[in-house]
Amino acid sequence: MSVSLVKWTASVQGIYKRETTMSSKTVTADKARRRFRAMGWSMLLIFACAIILPTTSYLIPTETANAQVVDDQNQRSNFWRAVREGGSGYSSVKGPETGVFIDNGGQNWRQLRNGPISTYGGWALIIAVLGCIGFFLVRGKIKIGAEISGRKVQRWETWERFMHWFTAAGFVILAITGLSMLFGRLVLIPIMGPEGFALWANMSINVHNAVGPFFSIGVLGMFLFWVKHNFFNAVDLKWFASGGGIIGNAHPSAGKLNGGEKVWFWVVILVGLIAVCGSGFALIGWLAQLGIGDETRATMQFMHKVHAIGAILWITMFVGHAYIGTIGTEGALEGMTTGQVSEEWAKQHHDLWYDEVKGTVVGQDKPATGSGVSHPSTSTT
Amino acid sequence: MAKMKFLCDAERCIECNGCVTACKNENEVPWGVNRRRVITLGDGEVGEKSISVACMHCTDAPCSAVCPVDCFYTTDDGIVLHDKDLCIGCGYCFYACPFGAPQYPSEQAFGVRGKMDKCTFCAGGPVDDNSVAEYDKYGANRVSQGKLPLCAEMCSTKALLAGDGDMVADIYRERILKRGDRPQTWGWEKAYGSAV
Repeated sequence: MSVSLVKWTASVQGIYKRETTMSSKTVTADKARRRFRAMGWSMLLIFACAIILPTTSYLIPTETANAQVVDDQNQRSNFWRAVREGGSGYSSVKGPETGVFIDNGGQNWRQLRNGPISTYGGWALIIAVLGCIGFFLVRGKIKIGAEISGRKVQRWETWERFMHWFTAAGFVILAITGLSMLFGRLVLIPIMGPEGFALWANMSINVHNAVGPFFSIGVLGMFLFWVKHNFFNAVDLKWFASGGGIIGNAHPSAGKLNGGEKVWFWVVILVGLIAVCGSGFALIGWLAQLGIGDETRATMQFMHKVHAIGAILWITMFVGHAYIGTIGTEGALEGMTTGQVSEEWAKQHHDLWYDEVKGTVVGQDKPATGSGVSHPSTSTT
Repeated sequence: MAKMKFLCDAERCIECNGCVTACKNENEVPWGVNRRRVITLGDGEVGEKSISVACMHCTDAPCSAVCPVDCFYTTDDGIVLHDKDLCIGCGYCFYACPFGAPQYPSEQAFGVRGKMDKCTFCAGGPVDDNSVAEYDKYGANRVSQGKLPLCAEMCSTKALLAGDGDMVADIYRERILKRGDRPQTWGWEKAYGSAV
């Protein structure tokens, strides 16, 4: 068999003929086998090279040459392709982007705004409200467990409460006016008619643009003055692990602010202050005036998307915040209205913080503190 | 019913800006507002091409789709118009428009822009035809008088064509055949869809 292989190989590669016929006569079978192996590999290599070498024409130099040919042959096609892709030229009419023929980002922005942003955004808001109503129906108000003694501890200072309600008022105004811009055409025009809604929308946009910057100052203030309360720690991990005590009657330990409040704070800062307020300043042109970014359509489309998505996320979280802070939890609202909370509430919700401040009881009387707390105090001292 | 369309023949446009001037004069648009503009690609180079751009009166108008107060409407002639009494100057139509057609009279503090202005195909607006109110807000209404937009009528090289889309296409097709050229109907697909 090895001899027949030698003969076949030899007939293909004449150069080996003499050697192989010689070897079949003189050398040992071992040596012959080694040579056959070597020849086999050589053949394989030759075949491989025959396949691989021609494909080198696909490498970079050849490709550049091909592109050159396309360029030369189809100049006009390339010219109009550049136009379709948003290329710009010279225009004697001066203004932002007057040299651009076609801006393609607008279609993308339109599809996102009219599609997923308003669809999923709208449902997110509806689900947030329904979720709170559902939770209230199932769980009810989270009551203060202990008997109310009437003793109170200071939770928020006057300036902190001012900052909170200043920002909160701005938030509500901005949310209503902003949502009118996104959903008004769908929801309000059928109710108010086009003229009535146009009047409201005109007011909305002007109020929105004017209130926004002042509101942003409030949010910035919250960041500066409250960030010290909002660093996460090991206590918060345990708080999250037990679900914040929202299910069942367990009340996990918490400092002045619990894990949930800290999450809300960072949503306000990262989503609210940076994304929503930041994009808002870009949209009213203030960032461009400060030399940050520009007012091209691409920037505006991007900033509007950030603003809308961020704002819906923010409002969705706000629904939860407002629920927990008012009807969801007994005794929570008075912390932000009167600045003082009952000792029992503090012990129940913020035990670690209560341990720090329990020596500084500020109020002794006033069973009802104007916040609609339903528990009449039974203690007199 | 006729569907009004614009077409600018890039082989003929000489960047004289006559259409821009005609538009400003006919419609008495405010300072800073240019309903039409001429763009030159490769300006000063061999093979430069110019095109006159304004509102293309799109079939599926993006401005109309994103308007929060729904102030746009398309006439039976396929002309896209808007109601300045409803417009709140939010700028969304400018973000959405591929052709940069919407214009705003002012840019003030707190993002106040004033009411949007754009090419009306010389067809006025939603108030009484050829009334003083219509002229003040929207400019001329030549279409109601049986005329076409002045930009196209005054074009010295007849590069800018305006009118019923079929007739515009026929004129252009004839030119292409005579030239032995290929069509360069820039913006048509974007404005009127791939079916045209």
